[in-house]
Amino acid sequence: MLPIFEKGGKLGWLHSTADAFDTFLAVPGTVTRKGAHVRDAVDLKRIIILALIAVIPAALFGMWNVGYQHGLAIGDARLNILGNWWFGFLRVLPIYVVAYATGLFIEFGTAQIRNEEVNEGFLMTGFLIPLIIPVTTPLWMVGLATAFSVIFCKEIFGGTGMNIWNPALVARAFLFFSYPNQMSGSQCWIAFKKGETMLDACTGATPLALDGPAQYGTSWWDLFLGTVPGSVGETSVLCILLGAFLLLWTGVGSWKIMAGSVLGALLVGWLGHIGGITEIPAWMQLLYGGFAFGTVFMATDPVTSCQTECGKWLYGLLIGMLCITVRLFNPGYAEGMMLAILFANTMAPLIDHCVVSVHVSRKNKKLKTA
Amino acid sequence: MSDFIVLKKGLDLPVTGAAKPVVCKSIVSRFVAVEPVTLKGFSPRLLVKEGDGVLCGSPVLADKNNPEILMTSPVSGTVKEIVRGEKRKLLAVCIETADKQEAAAFKADASDAASVRKGLLESGLWLQLRQRPYGIIADPSVSPKCIYISSFYTGPLAADSAFCLGNELGAMQAGIDALGKIAPVHIGVCENSVFAGLSGATVHCFKGPHPAGNAGVQISHVCPIAKGDTVWTLSPEGLAAIGKFFLKGKLDLRRKVAVTGPAAIEPAYVEAVPGTPMAEFQSFWGADAEGLRIISGDLLSGRTVGAEGCLGFGDNQVTIIREGTEKEYFGWIRPLRWNQFSTDRAYFSWLMPWRRYNMDTNLHGGKRAFLMNDAYYAKMLPMDIYPIFLVKACLAGDIEKMEKFGIYEVLPEDLALCEFVDPSKNDLQEIIAQGIDLMLKEMA
Repeated sequence: MLPIFEKGGKLGWLHSTADAFDTFLAVPGTVTRKGAHVRDAVDLKRIIILALIAVIPAALFGMWNVGYQHGLAIGDARLNILGNWWFGFLRVLPIYVVAYATGLFIEFGTAQIRNEEVNEGFLMTGFLIPLIIPVTTPLWMVGLATAFSVIFCKEIFGGTGMNIWNPALVARAFLFFSYPNQMSGSQCWIAFKKGETMLDACTGATPLALDGPAQYGTSWWDLFLGTVPGSVGETSVLCILLGAFLLLWTGVGSWKIMAGSVLGALLVGWLGHIGGITEIPAWMQLLYGGFAFGTVFMATDPVTSCQTECGKWLYGLLIGMLCITVRLFNPGYAEGMMLAILFANTMAPLIDHCVVSVHVSRKNKKLKTA
Repeated sequence: MSDFIVLKKGLDLPVTGAAKPVVCKSIVSRFVAVEPVTLKGFSPRLLVKEGDGVLCGSPVLADKNNPEILMTSPVSGTVKEIVRGEKRKLLAVCIETADKQEAAAFKADASDAASVRKGLLESGLWLQLRQRPYGIIADPSVSPKCIYISSFYTGPLAADSAFCLGNELGAMQAGIDALGKIAPVHIGVCENSVFAGLSGATVHCFKGPHPAGNAGVQISHVCPIAKGDTVWTLSPEGLAAIGKFFLKGKLDLRRKVAVTGPAAIEPAYVEAVPGTPMAEFQSFWGADAEGLRIISGDLLSGRTVGAEGCLGFGDNQVTIIREGTEKEYFGWIRPLRWNQFSTDRAYFSWLMPWRRYNMDTNLHGGKRAFLMNDAYYAKMLPMDIYPIFLVKACLAGDIEKMEKFGIYEVLPEDLALCEFVDPSKNDLQEIIAQGIDLMLKEMA
């Protein structure tokens, strides 16, 4: 680091910022002072960048899908793959710029105030936010929601690692409840250029937002591939599975949470199906809406999920079951994944508390008999 | 053999620089330091002054709280200097060794518990005992539930106790016989151990990666420590010294010391007494100690002593490692990072389990809040404990929770591997040590 940024230097007040760029470029030459003299080569930057790479397929596909849906909606199928992608990229890029600029500004600011190193947690949050909102969300809303979630969901608790709820989902929840008109209905999922309007024959609603038989207009294959309208990154189950594979392979995401969530969803979906509440078979529920994206990238956030192995199963099950329960019993609110995860985030410490208490009392009993 | 316990969790650190099983020299140093600083719970009172003559086994320091606990000189000679630090804290007593070594003669009688205790206290061998919980010096007024000896080391590059003590089985047996008068003795051995044949002790066989050799880990599997329990632990070197004392009536702390580490030149064993200055080990790092870290103990929980320090009281290993002060450009984003070791699958070292790495002391990242969850750390701790819950209870200073989560069972060294793998680069051992200090203060 340049001496001007050192503490006591002329620009010493920018220490955290300079340090962030410095450690971004190079692993610092800091040596261990206490405890273990050698340390594992892994750090949080590495883990977070891996999680981010896992989301990239879904993000790239989402951009293409923005273009593709636009083409469908205006009845113009002339654009090729690259053209569609470029169209989507140009629409999503500003959202990224706004989300990152707002979030990082606040992150750097608070690190500066607290005189700490800048935490890399927002790299992931900022990458997720544009993927879980409709592409038509006005940029000022993106900025506002990001600021709200970074400040009130993260910084007031003490920064990354201390937060209770997944910050990206809090940003989405903020938008959903503050600006419901822009976040639901059939118009928001498709980007238009100025002056364009949707063909009457085409529907822009996500399959879940439609009633009954209209859902069958979308085949499971379309849902699996992701060629349906929806939030930018959430539509393609295939791309999400690619990401899931990377997360599981590297161990960054917990397979127990993912498995628990899928099992929970199948269970409630099956009960709903045989109970006659819905005609959708249970396995189709896994393809709809944000379920896959939430299960793979949101529920597995290590900060806000359960700490204990047993707790992870319960936490996953809770998410899967709640999500489908909301879908089945609340027709006015089609998508339950966001609130299911936020609710499970809230419950995670309680689940852990129960798991650990059971463990402690079992151990005490063993000690007494020994 | 009574039981065979296989531990799956943990890690044998793949680092270069293991000691060749040869004793390359026997060090007789001109100076030897009597250092009380590593003995937790020992507050030293001086019994000698500069210029006094001492014999091997003569008392040099006594504990202020328990004046019968003595720290004795491992060599005979004259007191050369009394080294004090800040606020006149006593750091060491430096003894110049005499050309002809003489040992104080003791009436070592191992016929009953009282005389064994008396012998250990008089000779200073009492300090070989550690009391759990908390890892403090043993309290003579306590009758422990058992005395536990882990006969093998699993730490990084640790000394091979079969090589070090294989020809001292007789002394170890005498030690077990003597200690058996005080409390039942348990001994933890590795597979096919030469120590499995020792009698008079309950033998437990352990198999698994580090920290399987830690006494704390073994105790938690065979005689877990509940609130109010006391267990004394002892190193195999200490056991041999106690045995030799009761056989010959003399104090003999000489031991084989493994000189190891990625930066050590021809790592091998030497013979030395605790308190031997590091200068005597200089041939293992050559002319210049600049840019090297010299540790008494192992890479995970040893103490940095530097080239001017000396071998710690209970240590049988010296580790020499390069300081990792260089920046590594784009380190964390490089896909392979071939020469770095990581347990995390974010890198590929797990595909090459045969490789040994030339590690250095670089922290490999910046300090962060805990981000990964408990299970990430628990895979390094083969105990029935949630490590991060315990660590957070220590951080919060919540005595009740610390008790619940197992503070009685652990010492900082047991969580050393958790600290090694921590991507948030927190000092877990330090946090546990502070928790233990708080317990000692509050429970006193």
